[in-house]
Amino acid sequence: MSLDEEVPFQNDGELHQKLIAEVLAAYPDKSRKRRQKHLSVAKALDTPEAKEEGLLTECDVKSNIKSIPGVMTVRGCAYAGSKGVVWGPVKDMVHISHGPVGCGQYSWSQRRNYYIGKTGVDTFVTMQFTTDFQEKDIVFGGDKKLEKTIDEIGELFPLAKGISIQSECPIGLIGDDIEAVSRKKHKETGTTIVPVRCEGFRGVSQSLGHHIANDAIRDWVFDKKDVEHEAGPYDVNVIGDYNIGGDAWSSRILLEEIGLKVVGNWSGDATLAEIEKAPKAKLNLIHCYRSMNYICRHMEEKYGMPWLEYNFFGPTQIAEGLRKIAAHFDATIQENAEKVIAKYQVLVDAIIAKYKPRLKGKTVMLYVGGLRPRHVVNAYNDLGMEIAGTGYEFAHGDDYQRTGHYVKDGTLIYDDATSFELEKFIEGIRPDLVGSGVKEKYPVQKMGIPFRQMHSWDYSGPYHGYDGFAIFARDMDLAINNPVWGLFKAPWKKAA
Amino acid sequence: MPQNADKVLDHQPLFLEPEYKEMLARKALGEGLPCAEETAKVGEWTKSWDYREKNLARTALTVNPAKACQPLGAVFVAAGFEKTLSFVHGSQGCVAYYRSHLSRHFKEPSSIVSSSMTEDAAVFGGLQNMIDGLSNAYTLYNPKMIAVSTTCMAEVIGDDLQSFIRGAKEKKSVPEEFNVPYAHTPAFVGSHTTGYDNMLKGILDNFWKGKTATPGTAINIIPGFDGFAVGNNRELKRILDEMGVEYTILSDVSDQFDTPSDGEFRMFDGGTTLEATEAAINAKATLSLQEYCTQKTLEYAETFGQKTASLHYPLGIGGTDDLLTTISELSGKPIPDSLEKERGRLIDAMADSQAWLHGKTYAIYGDPDFVYGMARFILETGGEPRHCLATNGSKVWADQMRELFASSPFGSQCQAWAGKDLWHLRSILHTEPVDLLIGSSYGKYLERDCKTPLIRLTFPIFDRHHHHRFPVWGYQGGLRVLVTILDKILDVLDLKTNEPGETDYSFDLVR
Repeated sequence: MSLDEEVPFQNDGELHQKLIAEVLAAYPDKSRKRRQKHLSVAKALDTPEAKEEGLLTECDVKSNIKSIPGVMTVRGCAYAGSKGVVWGPVKDMVHISHGPVGCGQYSWSQRRNYYIGKTGVDTFVTMQFTTDFQEKDIVFGGDKKLEKTIDEIGELFPLAKGISIQSECPIGLIGDDIEAVSRKKHKETGTTIVPVRCEGFRGVSQSLGHHIANDAIRDWVFDKKDVEHEAGPYDVNVIGDYNIGGDAWSSRILLEEIGLKVVGNWSGDATLAEIEKAPKAKLNLIHCYRSMNYICRHMEEKYGMPWLEYNFFGPTQIAEGLRKIAAHFDATIQENAEKVIAKYQVLVDAIIAKYKPRLKGKTVMLYVGGLRPRHVVNAYNDLGMEIAGTGYEFAHGDDYQRTGHYVKDGTLIYDDATSFELEKFIEGIRPDLVGSGVKEKYPVQKMGIPFRQMHSWDYSGPYHGYDGFAIFARDMDLAINNPVWGLFKAPWKKAA
Repeated sequence: MPQNADKVLDHQPLFLEPEYKEMLARKALGEGLPCAEETAKVGEWTKSWDYREKNLARTALTVNPAKACQPLGAVFVAAGFEKTLSFVHGSQGCVAYYRSHLSRHFKEPSSIVSSSMTEDAAVFGGLQNMIDGLSNAYTLYNPKMIAVSTTCMAEVIGDDLQSFIRGAKEKKSVPEEFNVPYAHTPAFVGSHTTGYDNMLKGILDNFWKGKTATPGTAINIIPGFDGFAVGNNRELKRILDEMGVEYTILSDVSDQFDTPSDGEFRMFDGGTTLEATEAAINAKATLSLQEYCTQKTLEYAETFGQKTASLHYPLGIGGTDDLLTTISELSGKPIPDSLEKERGRLIDAMADSQAWLHGKTYAIYGDPDFVYGMARFILETGGEPRHCLATNGSKVWADQMRELFASSPFGSQCQAWAGKDLWHLRSILHTEPVDLLIGSSYGKYLERDCKTPLIRLTFPIFDRHHHHRFPVWGYQGGLRVLVTILDKILDVLDLKTNEPGETDYSFDLVR
């Protein structure tokens, strides 16, 4: 029996409670009352019901509520959720950032949605198309400019399969009718044109933008054309994999290996055709539940397609996911799944043998979007690492409920954490690694704590699938065990 | 199995493994993309004069612009003041974008707060957001000044910053005497350089309003929006100290975007103290190093009786000569021999390398002043800045560029492209190719498509690290620019001549 089994890891729940009290004390009264509902410590659930459901803890916080002004929320907006996350990666469509120049500029090529194509000719993901609103467009309305923009796209980018209109804040405020423009232009050209009402002031975070983007697929893409597709018994869609650093590819290779046929991948490396034929598949496999559960629920209701959540981070979850997916199909697929798991076990053993000794017992704090704060937990556990705290920028209640399947008793839980809270929590816990976004990276590193960006994979990846797990393990090792962290203190400074 | 625990393959080699190549080929069958022949045909057409004419005729669509929006400039300039927190009134997503954008370039923290306005604030206005937001920001982050600017949402609904800040002070969000300068920075007017100007003017107005200046001996220097500010401002201060000039840099971000790693996270490290900002009213002159970042600010300074002057990004020989002579004129201090020697050293280096530089053709894009300064230096090396493009450049700027071209025989074939974007530049580079491209990281797509080697010398630089920590201004900075250009020319030549038995007859050891 190894040492870590004898002394199971226990989070210091008492310290975490104290840290919560300390950060709350710093707020003005009104904001303290609001913030305290978003912070808690995971409590162990020992009931037979919990055991049956596989719930380890209860992570009880309020979520999906407006951010407090002036506190430095890390959240983005609905536009970021629609253009940045859901629509932007659809590669053979032109996505217009409709409004002033900034939104499209700051989100240009920032999510690392890998794709294959001749950019600027048949695919357009790493480009910034905007109507670049000027004062006169605000005063007189932008519909005419939008029409002209669509015409110019048609002329200069004839191989674009469709256009989406990603609304920035002013669009909804000045009363533009982008739906009417879309209908008119569609009638004229026959091209798919998708108006998306993802103005940045809608909702409380990126999350509503995901929902609005999902609804736009339902309303402006599905059932608009006769789709030629001969449905096969093993057709599946992968939903909510944005192919960051190639994640969708290192996942797809496994699904194909167990004998499934991936009809559409949403929306990393996706084409409009893949989205159009998706309703003909047998099963929707959803990775990012937060951003795309809406369209899965719709397809279930309308086309009777079942959907299944899975997790391809780390070997424990990958094996569980493959078995769960295979269980939806026949014995051949199930046997294939076992073969694939066994085949990759050799790689998994080699990765763990190499990296676990270097990472065992290291603690991690996470603060990411709407899925990864729970989804990557077991991948860390597979390497012997432990989660001290985790939280989401824009999760909903069902996400926190699901988090209870992953995190252990005493884990610090923070929803829509402010930069102030994160800094204080990190300072108090001093974990061995923090995984969050680019805005958080440099403050944390200045504190002498290793960091990995967990939105962009810090320009690495893929992290999904077995091939991705090798990269994940290597990256966590190189972050934590780099010699730079030992150089911070000048030798002439007295030891603390 | 393509992956390997001993030597872990990253995305780049991983997806070239046969298993992935085959998988992606299978995927392609169901994608519904055009066939390879059609894509190739259209791809070739995009390189043609016919396409160029259609492309340049665009009036509504912008593709790959080289500019950002006003608040980015506002939060940048505010970051250069002592313990100053930027507070952007409007939607919160914008602030996440500015912070990310600046962090990706500087590899540094960027701390900015938002008033997080949502749909209800769009209907009722954002006063309550201002009241709560200022109170929270002040209490949590303990700044010495909060600089308020706006997103386009707040501008469209017409929120009035002056009365909102007044209202917030009445509600005790911050103490009455606490500094809350502000500027309206609509994203649909101008660009980030406009926002820099507006916010700087707002900050000065906060300290100078209603006061009378008592002209002294110091001069104010405004660097302007500059991705190389860390290196440039430090070089600027070295030059000023060398000359013995009394000065105030109005917004010095050099330490803010270059804090050390020693275990402490310094949220605020803006270099211009509030005291100095207040006292800057008494300067005898204000010098802007980037005309297009400071037009309103200089007009404002003039109302206090200050002399003003503006330059175009002081780079190279003539640019630095102008910097030194202008400072000397405004301050009355002579230019010391030490700086003249630096000038001589830069010229020495240019003379040593002139054969590699003479007649090289360039495309340059970026903010108007950068493009001007860079083009001027290229002309000095005997190069031809054939295509000079500024998405946020005006007709006046284009005229200034044409004057510059007319001043040198190397400018005879050069063109200024005001208000054009990088997709226009793609057509221009395909139809009228040049040897080298000078710009930002976004230029890498042009480098890929047009095969024009890219030299990254302006904001934003996301895909190379730490360039901004070294100056490009002054004679010393010019030396660094010179070496950067030469390295690219010689690296490209080595790559073209390294095929054994094919091209390596030219693979010279001495160049």
